[in-house]
Amino acid sequence: MFLPQFLRDMRSQKMRTFLTIFGIIWGTISVVLLLGFGVGLEQRLYKNMHGLGEGIIILWPGRTSMAYEGLGKGRPLRFLEEDAFLLEREILQIKYSCPEYSKWDVKLKYKKNTYSSLVRGIYPFYSDMRNVIPERNGRFINRIDIEQKRRVIFIGFSIKEELFKDEPAVGKYISVNSVPFQVVGVLIEKTQNSTYGNRDEFTTFISATTFSSLFGYKYINNMVIQAHDPFQNEFIQERILQVLGKKYRFSPKDTEALLVWDTMENEKTTKAIMIGFNTFMGIVGAFTLIVGGIGVSNIMNAVVEERTKEIGLKMALGAKKRFVLGQFLFETLLITLVGGAIGLAFSYGIISAFPTTSIEEYIGKPTLSFGVGLVTVALLGLIGFISGLGPARRAANLHPVDALRQ
Amino acid sequence: MIKMKKINKIYGTGASKVEALKNIDLEVKENEFVGLIGPSGSGKSTLMNIIGCLDVPSSGEYYFGGESVENFNHNQLAEIRNEKIGFVFQNFNLLPYATAYENVEIPMIFMGVKAKKRKSMALELLDSVGLAARATHKPGELSGGEMQRVALARALANNPSLILADEPTGNLDTKSGDEILAIFENLWKQGHTLVVITHNPNISARAQRIVKLIDGTIENNGK
Repeated sequence: MFLPQFLRDMRSQKMRTFLTIFGIIWGTISVVLLLGFGVGLEQRLYKNMHGLGEGIIILWPGRTSMAYEGLGKGRPLRFLEEDAFLLEREILQIKYSCPEYSKWDVKLKYKKNTYSSLVRGIYPFYSDMRNVIPERNGRFINRIDIEQKRRVIFIGFSIKEELFKDEPAVGKYISVNSVPFQVVGVLIEKTQNSTYGNRDEFTTFISATTFSSLFGYKYINNMVIQAHDPFQNEFIQERILQVLGKKYRFSPKDTEALLVWDTMENEKTTKAIMIGFNTFMGIVGAFTLIVGGIGVSNIMNAVVEERTKEIGLKMALGAKKRFVLGQFLFETLLITLVGGAIGLAFSYGIISAFPTTSIEEYIGKPTLSFGVGLVTVALLGLIGFISGLGPARRAANLHPVDALRQ
Repeated sequence: MIKMKKINKIYGTGASKVEALKNIDLEVKENEFVGLIGPSGSGKSTLMNIIGCLDVPSSGEYYFGGESVENFNHNQLAEIRNEKIGFVFQNFNLLPYATAYENVEIPMIFMGVKAKKRKSMALELLDSVGLAARATHKPGELSGGEMQRVALARALANNPSLILADEPTGNLDTKSGDEILAIFENLWKQGHTLVVITHNPNISARAQRIVKLIDGTIENNGK
């Protein structure tokens, strides 16, 4: 019987009810949209970052900076293919270790179209490590290509555009520095915000064995290493210094002997920035919601004022404090949750209708995730409770005699 | 039933100090019908509030049903009001948005009576005051006498031992007042204890005992 009374109260003060609920709706939309955009941006950043690969380490030979075992400092190092396999054998935490050859300005030609490209010589598992994934109908370099030193090539999607335009590329032959290679696959479209050398869309990949025999390379350009667990990357780096230091006789403390790019570092930094960013967004949204909560609190104070006599009567008839407290808290939470539900529905509409345009590549698409929903509902509940508590306590602490006299 | 020893009630402090009740000694036995009279400002309502456990005395001893209630907390006082006392007010104090039977149900809600039982008991009580036909009417649709009968039904909801009424006929015409009075007499015969503040000579004539208050003290304690 108290719900009808509450509804009657709300109906009799339509404008007041509307403004109160509007405050909560507005606050909810702010929280959801700000957090939703934050999450969308975060997802987009990670997606772009993972264009390079997930948690990989890229390793180049450097120059020694310490004298060690009778060898002077300043000695340049060069690595062989087998060094990559040595690391994979010696360090259990490494999942894959792939040698990588590189050659710039290789002339590619198909019919009359030419393109000057970076060519990399790699092993099949490079595809998984670096997220170099073929489009349907194509494939990446495989084990047989390696064993038979086949002249097959995997090309970036932008190179495919340059050479083939709208023609299908897979199965066709292109010349690579005048040597014919068959295209076996084209990179699927992906975004990539960091590179070493060139973005994969502008790169071509051939078998490492083919690469070394075709171009006569003995030394690799770099290695790409992926751990079973990226959080062990730091430990792996120490072990690499030990293993390669033993082979090439440099101090395991000589960090300049190897140039290491641990992409997990970027990820950690990005994560830290995004936590800060999302917290900031959340706080801005939460403040808007708190302003709504203050509105609710004010209204409930007015309601307590209007119903003082009734509260006194209920107390005279045996209502305990907790009953009065509960009634007003319930009403406040109801207002908050109704406003919150409407706000969530609106936010969902806005997010669904968000135009997928070219800016999506940079700022991502706002997302109404479970986390965002949970944060919003928790905030709403908290704000409802806090804004209801003051008026409810005031009501519960009324003296029945004074309240009845009103 | 109730026993008061040297009850004082003081409002305010210093210059604004008001002694509303001074050294009140009062005893009401079970199934007594006591009329409380006195000019306005004599402390009748204050005494009523203390008897009804709506307020606590500044000093003195108060026993309700043999229990000392001076040190009871809010919840304990609320329980006594709910289970042992039925209130009837001069201005009825019905909830305007609730129907007659819903108003009667209120004390039962606080006692935790289930909805179904509550409704049937409320209807029964309304029937006992002759208002069964008006059960679904709201106070705005009832006459003054009918409203007070609803209030009486509400006061009887949890079958209290004491019925406290503050000017129950003060806002009623003579005919309605007499109807209420008849119900009071009936309740008394059924074994209820009645304490009624009144200016109505009809009520004071029928009361077993009249307590007259003047300036916060009992002037006359007997018939």
